Amino acid sequence: MQFMLLFSRQGKLRLQKWYVPLSDKEKKKITRELVQTVLARKPKMCSFLEWRDLKIVYKRYASLYFCCAIEDQDNELITLEIIHRYVELLDKYFGSVCELDIIFNFEKAYFILDEFLLGGEAQETSKKNVLKAIEQADLLQEVRHLIKITVDKVF
Amino acid sequence: MPAPIRLRELIRTIRTARTQAEEREMIQKECAAIRSSFREEDNTYRCRNVAKLLYMHMLGYPAHFGQLECLKLIASQKFTDKRIGYLGAMLLLDERQDVHLLMTNCIKNDLNHSTQYVQGLALCTLGCMGSSEMCRDLAGEVEKLLKTSNSYLRKKAALCAVHVIRKVPELMEMFLPATKNLLSEKNHGVLHTSVVLLTEMCERSPDMLAHFRKHLLIILKNLIMSGYSPEHDVSGISDPFLQVRILRLLRILGKSDDDSSEAMNDILAQVATNTETSKNVGNAILYETVLTIMDIKSESGLRVLAINILGRFLLNNDKNIRYVALTSLLKTVQTDHNAVQRHRSTIVDCLKDLDVSIKRRAMELSFALVNGNNIRGMMKELLYFLDSCDPEFKADCASGVFLAAEKYAPSKRWHIDTIMRVLTTAGSYVRDDSVPNLIQLITNSVEMHAYTVQRLYKALLDDISQQPLVQVASWCIGEYGDLLVSGQCEEEEPIQVTEDEVLDVLEGLLVSNLSTPVTRGYALTAIMKLSTRFSSVNRIKKVVSIYGSSIDVELQQRAVEYNALFKKYDHMRANPNPNIAVITIHASNSTEADMTDFVFQAAVPKTFQLQLLSPSSNVVPALNQGTVTQVIRVLNPQKVSLIKLTYTLKGSAVQDLAEVNNFPPQSWQ
Repeated sequence: MQFMLLFSRQGKLRLQKWYVPLSDKEKKKITRELVQTVLARKPKMCSFLEWRDLKIVYKRYASLYFCCAIEDQDNELITLEIIHRYVELLDKYFGSVCELDIIFNFEKAYFILDEFLLGGEAQETSKKNVLKAIEQADLLQEVRHLIKITVDKVF
Repeated sequence: MPAPIRLRELIRTIRTARTQAEEREMIQKECAAIRSSFREEDNTYRCRNVAKLLYMHMLGYPAHFGQLECLKLIASQKFTDKRIGYLGAMLLLDERQDVHLLMTNCIKNDLNHSTQYVQGLALCTLGCMGSSEMCRDLAGEVEKLLKTSNSYLRKKAALCAVHVIRKVPELMEMFLPATKNLLSEKNHGVLHTSVVLLTEMCERSPDMLAHFRKHLLIILKNLIMSGYSPEHDVSGISDPFLQVRILRLLRILGKSDDDSSEAMNDILAQVATNTETSKNVGNAILYETVLTIMDIKSESGLRVLAINILGRFLLNNDKNIRYVALTSLLKTVQTDHNAVQRHRSTIVDCLKDLDVSIKRRAMELSFALVNGNNIRGMMKELLYFLDSCDPEFKADCASGVFLAAEKYAPSKRWHIDTIMRVLTTAGSYVRDDSVPNLIQLITNSVEMHAYTVQRLYKALLDDISQQPLVQVASWCIGEYGDLLVSGQCEEEEPIQVTEDEVLDVLEGLLVSNLSTPVTRGYALTAIMKLSTRFSSVNRIKKVVSIYGSSIDVELQQRAVEYNALFKKYDHMRANPNPNIAVITIHASNSTEADMTDFVFQAAVPKTFQLQLLSPSSNVVPALNQGTVTQVIRVLNPQKVSLIKLTYTLKGSAVQDLAEVNNFPPQSWQ
């Protein structure tokens, strides 16, 4: 995966994760164009489109569009499953997630994404394990100073 | 100094802004506060301030002044600080700026931290945005973590290694020993990321590939067949993410290797037949299986199985599935033509789909499947599609129809009819270069001339807005106008039309606002040609002389030359010497620069004479914007002659030689 964008139906960006090095200007340009393209799609169209030399996989969940750019050899159908898994993780974490949760807790949305994907690939295929890791990390935030914690093989 | 406002508070405030200007004002105010807080080196609230900055950055506002603060957060011992610091680094820093290198030491320390979640943060950041310099410096640490027994870290290290290899391919070797027992792990996270790592290595190095092949094949086969794992279940399918990655690795292993391909035949067949297809997950696995089967050296039975899976996909209600099926079929239609042919009718049905991408693929695939046997049926469907499709398709569809018709037309009549159909329904979308091609085609179908000119004439009576149609029609009328008025058509009921009516139509084209300059050129030339075919020469003379003072330079030039023909060569009209051909050469230039000093010369054997009249100009304008015309008279034109063109293009002299075996008979008969 090269990047993932989350945006509202009005085109407001709610999350941007880039797995390729691009300048801020390029990122803004790509985001603007892609958001426009996806928002122009009619409901009856399929979830895939070609854009520049990439394949775009997108799906709308309530008021949010989840949009991924994958490479030629990547599997579009499994990417839909990746998107779905991320939504499930958010849903479990926030409890019936809605766009406002993502807006007000964007940093947590990133933390969850970073426990699920790394460098654009899935690092953990068990929903349970991702959520457990987040839970533990959240607990660590309560600790005032990081002391030496010995952790046995967790999973 | 009061405590800086909290993140959620800021978000709430900004969202109350009713205009862009109001928002900008709030942001500027807060940025100023954050800046001064940074200047005071406030450790307590740095995290909060950077988080707010990240929010504002997402709204599109500049946040580069927070970059160094992210580095300070990363160096902190508080986990909250590190979390936000690394997030900030990933969002605000990029490898083009030297500042990012300052992270390297912090990451190195954190990779060796006693808390695995801190190590995780470092691995994640490195694997997401590490530059080549950072990767070089830290590869050793990553390699160490790849060998740890902690699966939480191991899986992250594997993906981090993938990134390192992508950035610094030479480092790939150093990860080789660590990969030894990656696949004997039970943990699915580690398995998945290891397969990704091995895929990356095998794709990059044929040596690696050879090294891994045998061993991997056995392991992968076992993995795919291994039991049900409730924790990794998605809609009843066991870890589809892992299955898909394994299938992809198998693809690479079998790609140019007969033995491996054979060894995986039965497992692929098994996955292809046993995977549940009611949900997207199952289809995702099947799709990957099909891609693998098509890419390796699989036996034909397996390939047919794969194509049939794609055929079934085409019937699926889910448009996404139909889309990937069409895409895959398009890739295999050349190599497995017969197998794909069997699904032709389903593919043709997809022409009626609502989705633009599906329609386009169905169209491309349909053209690829046209052959001598199915041309009539296929053309019917494609012409119907041409009628109703979106404008963005029409040009490509029209071109495709012309090509297919040229290759497989069952009869000349059918061919002409097909061309007529395209010109009348999508005439304005037909490509410009089709016009000369079509004229050529019509010229060669000698027995259809009368029929063609009649049909084109009738089409003009209906509609003169579609330029390619009008141009082809004008040319035909100019060429075969005599057949038109003599009512010689055999193929259909001949129409009664007089010379004056024909000239009315052509003159109508000249004056119409709908006609482009190019079209007007065609019309004028056609009228001129009719002066040797019709008896109403005076009327034609009048029209031509009027256009001698046309504002359009091209038309004016033509009219003046034609006038000259009337004046100087009228004596030839009465008793034309059959052995003298008067040929008008039109030279046009499609390059981007003008051709200057253009000279046309012809060399002929002594047995016959050539008279070259002066050309209209010796500058041929670029991009087909105009033509140079030159009249030559040739006596006994059947013999071979040599033509030489000299001109200057973009400052350098060019010379083109060509042999003309026969002046085309039509030009002088």
